Amino acid sequence: MHIAVLMKSVPDLVEDIALDEHEGQILFDEMSYVPSEWDDQALEEALVIKEESGAEVTAVSIETQDSDNLLFTALAKGSDNAVKLVGDFDLSLTNRQRAQIFADYLHKQPFDLILSGVQAIDDVDGQIPGLVAGIMGWPHASVVTEVRVKDQGIILRQEYAGGLVAEIESSTPVVVGIQAARKPPRYASIAKVRQVAKSRQIEEVEVPLSNVPALTVRRFYKPVASAHAEMVDGDVEDVAARIAEILQERNLLRR
Amino acid sequence: MGPILIVMENGASGFVDSSKELITKGREIAKNLEISSIAVGFGQDAESQLKNLPVDRVIAITNPELSQYHPLAYEKTLSEIVKKEEPYLTLVANTTMGMDLGAGVASSVSLPLIAYCNQVAIAGQEVVATSSVFAGKLMAEIVVPKSGAVLTVMPGAWSATEDSGSPQVDVLSVDIPPSMRILRTIEPEKSDVDITKADILISVGRGIEGPENLTLAEELAEAIGGVVSCSRPVVDAGWLPKSRQVGKSGQTVKPKLYMAFGISGAPEHQQGMKDADLIIAVNTDENASIMDIAHFGTTVDMLELMPALTERLRGE
Repeated sequence: MHIAVLMKSVPDLVEDIALDEHEGQILFDEMSYVPSEWDDQALEEALVIKEESGAEVTAVSIETQDSDNLLFTALAKGSDNAVKLVGDFDLSLTNRQRAQIFADYLHKQPFDLILSGVQAIDDVDGQIPGLVAGIMGWPHASVVTEVRVKDQGIILRQEYAGGLVAEIESSTPVVVGIQAARKPPRYASIAKVRQVAKSRQIEEVEVPLSNVPALTVRRFYKPVASAHAEMVDGDVEDVAARIAEILQERNLLRR
Repeated sequence: MGPILIVMENGASGFVDSSKELITKGREIAKNLEISSIAVGFGQDAESQLKNLPVDRVIAITNPELSQYHPLAYEKTLSEIVKKEEPYLTLVANTTMGMDLGAGVASSVSLPLIAYCNQVAIAGQEVVATSSVFAGKLMAEIVVPKSGAVLTVMPGAWSATEDSGSPQVDVLSVDIPPSMRILRTIEPEKSDVDITKADILISVGRGIEGPENLTLAEELAEAIGGVVSCSRPVVDAGWLPKSRQVGKSGQTVKPKLYMAFGISGAPEHQQGMKDADLIIAVNTDENASIMDIAHFGTTVDMLELMPALTERLRGE
């Protein structure tokens, strides 16, 4: 089984989103980026499958600002190969463009299983797994929490509201959007990533940027909340006292 | 301009509310733009459920196996319908099913997708969709292209339709591709507590930092007479069971008191708890999305506040 894990970085939400409020456009170059947490889950599930059944794992990312770090981290965690898709790309790529770039690369490769995060915080125009599968004409399932190899195919678990789960058997090739891996994503120390960066290579593959159905975002803006919480200030004891008082006023305390 | 196509999702009894909400809005847009509305449903009850919907036409895919969501069969069928009907808008609720289905259909028929949509407005000749992105931190205002688009709509964006009608009914059955097969459906594990029945929820998110701190939440819950629930990351980390999860892929709750500790309030989480009578949020970020729906908020350290509040409630 040869598994590709499609990965990307997203703006770090610990910081504010850099926004030109006048133009209503995101300033992509003015933010710091972190790996998309769901892609990290997808990588973990791929590595768990590899440990179980000896699959080969290839992490794939599109060259934007910090794709090298993302890919070296994947190698440090246990990915067998790392592929960087290079071309005339920048951080403002839409997901549809990303999906097309991934698909252009993938359809020439012998992968059986493609995993990616179920969603990312910036997927205004759709989620990568479904977009890639639709372009390639492959079956797919998203919101998946478990993938196991069985004979020539896979068995996956897809989640629905209320915790209901369907167990689905699928032949390969297939694209799967991972909500959560069976285990929390493993950690690779900075030292290990640095060591890998010195000793391992990232394969670069040139991919053209094709035309894809585009959306015009007229403007991005910060939501104006219709309401905001009444803030309770002070030290911890003050706040605890005030909250107890609020609960008392509303008869939410047992005594 | 093509019709509005609305995809209906089956629930435990009839269509889910998030699909009925799409009917409300779909009809309104169709009326304003003077185009027709079509609803599509799946499964053995599709015809009987669809035939009274207040739309112009319904398409019932009556294969009994499709009463349950089948990723490949739904996507292939819907893609064929979209190719044939050439709708201006295809509306799907952004449930777990909709998230799976929307992107696949849009890209297989080469239409753009507008995800996480929570508003659609007609402004002159333009239809403008607004989506909530970056975990609710930004809104994106998007002009729907004249050539059409697929929209995945956040549940709760509009009220569910209660109207009825007598649409033209088309019935068909489809070939189910053999490459994907549903083996079984697994009900969620029954746990010691049912968070949907609790009056008070002490809910923890990423801010709990590690499983060793859960005791603080449990002690507070015990002191106040509530139970501990959580947001998705806590379940994904394996610190609490799935049965305790509030949100889109967990439970929808409506307690008298919801205390959110270290939960940022992503739209998926809000979907499951925004109707609580009283929401108190504890988060170091005063601008976290949870503060927009909370009644009271504070930025003190939750790991200090929980024991302080517990002590106070115990009368110590």
